[in-house]
Amino acid sequence: MPEVPKPEELMKIDYRPPERPWMETKPEFRGGRFCNAASPKWLEALDYPYARTWSVTDEDWNLPENWKDIVLESMHDRLNRFRSLRLFFDICVRCGACADKCHYFIGSGDPKNMPVLRAELLRSVYRRYYTVAGKLLGKLAGARELTEDVLKEWFYYLYQCTECRRCSVFCPYGIDMAELTILGRELLSSVGINTEWVMASVGSCYRTGNHIGAPPHAYKDMIDFFCDECEEVTGIRPRPSFNRKGAEILFVAPSGDYFADPGTYTFMGYLLLFEYLDLDYTISGYASEGGNFGYFISHEMGKRLNYKIYSEAKRLGVKWILGGECGHMWRVLNQYMDTWNGPADFLEEPVSPITDTRFENAKSTKMVHVTEFTADLIKHGKLKLDKSRNDHIVLTYHDSCNPARAMGLFEEPRYIMRNVCNNFYEMPQNTIRESTFCCGSGSGLNADELLEVRMRGGLPRANAVRYVHEKHGVNHLGCICAIDRAVLPPLLEYWGLDVEITGIHEMVANALVFPGEKKKTVDLRDRTLKGVEPEEIEEEE
Amino acid sequence: MKLDSLLSEKKFSILERWFNLILESYSADTQSFLKREKDRFDNPVAYEFGQGIEGIYEALLHGMDRDRVSSFLDRIISIRAIQDFSPSGAIAFIFLLKKVIREELEREARENGISEELIELESRIDGLALLSFDIYMKRREKLYEIRVNEVKNRVSGLLRRAGLISELEEKPDPKKRKH
Repeated sequence: MPEVPKPEELMKIDYRPPERPWMETKPEFRGGRFCNAASPKWLEALDYPYARTWSVTDEDWNLPENWKDIVLESMHDRLNRFRSLRLFFDICVRCGACADKCHYFIGSGDPKNMPVLRAELLRSVYRRYYTVAGKLLGKLAGARELTEDVLKEWFYYLYQCTECRRCSVFCPYGIDMAELTILGRELLSSVGINTEWVMASVGSCYRTGNHIGAPPHAYKDMIDFFCDECEEVTGIRPRPSFNRKGAEILFVAPSGDYFADPGTYTFMGYLLLFEYLDLDYTISGYASEGGNFGYFISHEMGKRLNYKIYSEAKRLGVKWILGGECGHMWRVLNQYMDTWNGPADFLEEPVSPITDTRFENAKSTKMVHVTEFTADLIKHGKLKLDKSRNDHIVLTYHDSCNPARAMGLFEEPRYIMRNVCNNFYEMPQNTIRESTFCCGSGSGLNADELLEVRMRGGLPRANAVRYVHEKHGVNHLGCICAIDRAVLPPLLEYWGLDVEITGIHEMVANALVFPGEKKKTVDLRDRTLKGVEPEEIEEEE
Repeated sequence: MKLDSLLSEKKFSILERWFNLILESYSADTQSFLKREKDRFDNPVAYEFGQGIEGIYEALLHGMDRDRVSSFLDRIISIRAIQDFSPSGAIAFIFLLKKVIREELEREARENGISEELIELESRIDGLALLSFDIYMKRREKLYEIRVNEVKNRVSGLLRRAGLISELEEKPDPKKRKH
């Protein structure tokens, strides 16, 4: 008889993790838990160093011979250039206030996903090479050598941070983990360690103008297609203009809104709203991406991609810029654009041509968020809205991390939603507004190969959605971020929630009453409106 | 019957021990968080585990239909299926209940002659383990299905929008039109 383990023996397997100090615990690169390595072609196109073919699961990452010197030099350079980096390294007292605030820690239970420990992965190397105590006392002072394993660990965990900054809200010193992650990813890039999803997006944005690499004519075709759809559903055909010099406003949307459902309905919403207003605006094939994928990996790349927006505004001679429903795009526009590529003194302080409202908050950047613009229109009674056209929607709202925490944009989207929808329910307080839980796939992490990690990270968000779904029958989750619109559907599917994702302007367009319009029987997704009989649709056809 | 009343009587302590044993599969720092934080939204994992094990225990005590007990198992397995566990590690928690019950009822088992009932209960727990295996696989299959769909949508969406493919139109449905 062959020796097989008896059930009792199998039962004795100890599933408890070994109690090893964190410095001695190495990450295990298993499928679903890491992003693929970037192909050399993207790096070459972007002048990124050490372009080469390598694989995350290989033992040898094919690093340049003097990789350690390069990384330390990069760190040294950034310590001098970013006062914040040195401050964040020195100031943390490891109080642990941030520890349990990260959605990845909550969902994965992996202690290295505690923001304090994730930062410590970098900080320990900083101590070893840049502090006296670390140099003399080593491990006793929480310092460690920079080794290839450390570099791999950085890669593993820095690509398990969505730069959402929820931890920063709870940090008594306001340490910005997103900035640490970006700088850490810069260190990795300095020796050619980048991810395919991010670099392909950055490369496409840089060369073609948007993350999917759609050339200008394809971009125009897509928008024409949306116009057809709008016409079919509402009888109204929007008339956007492209690259039109002398338009009053340049409109920039995230590419997610013209790439995949349900973001496309949000784009249709913008088009119908602007048509309703007869707005003097234009769309650019050059600045065809609001999202800034460069910012996920470096300040310099963020700046290079962001430049396109001002540059195009200048070329077209517009007065100001209106931006669509995007997430991190707005952290960049609100907190970086002005100093990166401003001052935009060739633009005017934005004034709504419909209400004459002066957007003083955008005095310097000259760029207004579309929910600010629309909320102002509603406040001044400029839109005729029929809320009942969204009665098939029972809505809750996910505060997208960046507009919420980097802009404080809490009220405008809610004001709009309450004016276009009769059924709106908030998720619990500790999961919304500045405490909002991330979708779990931001900052370049929505690669399909990282799905497991994404589902972990999105658990706290899905859990709060489940609560309002069960309590109030919520069937739609509103958001103002294109990444949210792309990644929340699979997240909610995994967690078994029959809840659709919607942009805010999709619902605005559903509710909008055009003068002399045909009777509306369906919404932008072609779903029959509540109270409409099947015969009415037949008649219409 | 003796066993049932004992299990009801000791429900709280059994569940608490079972819960703590499950948490031992996480590192010490994580365990202290999972035990400390009581808010169900700040600590969804512990909340779901708590609800899950209570439901499973009730199912063992009073019987429950397959769908309902599966939903309780799923509250735990859906989470562990995407955490850093091997398949056996993800569903091992169900066997831990045997250990807890044996230890909790050790004296009673000797004194009250409930050994046979215990064997019967353990068989039912084995049944739950088999069910757990199904649920775990369903979760993993869902994950792969989502991944495949993500890739498929990315490619087909692009081709369609670029006008590179010609599709047959579906007949319009008067109740629900789709393009």
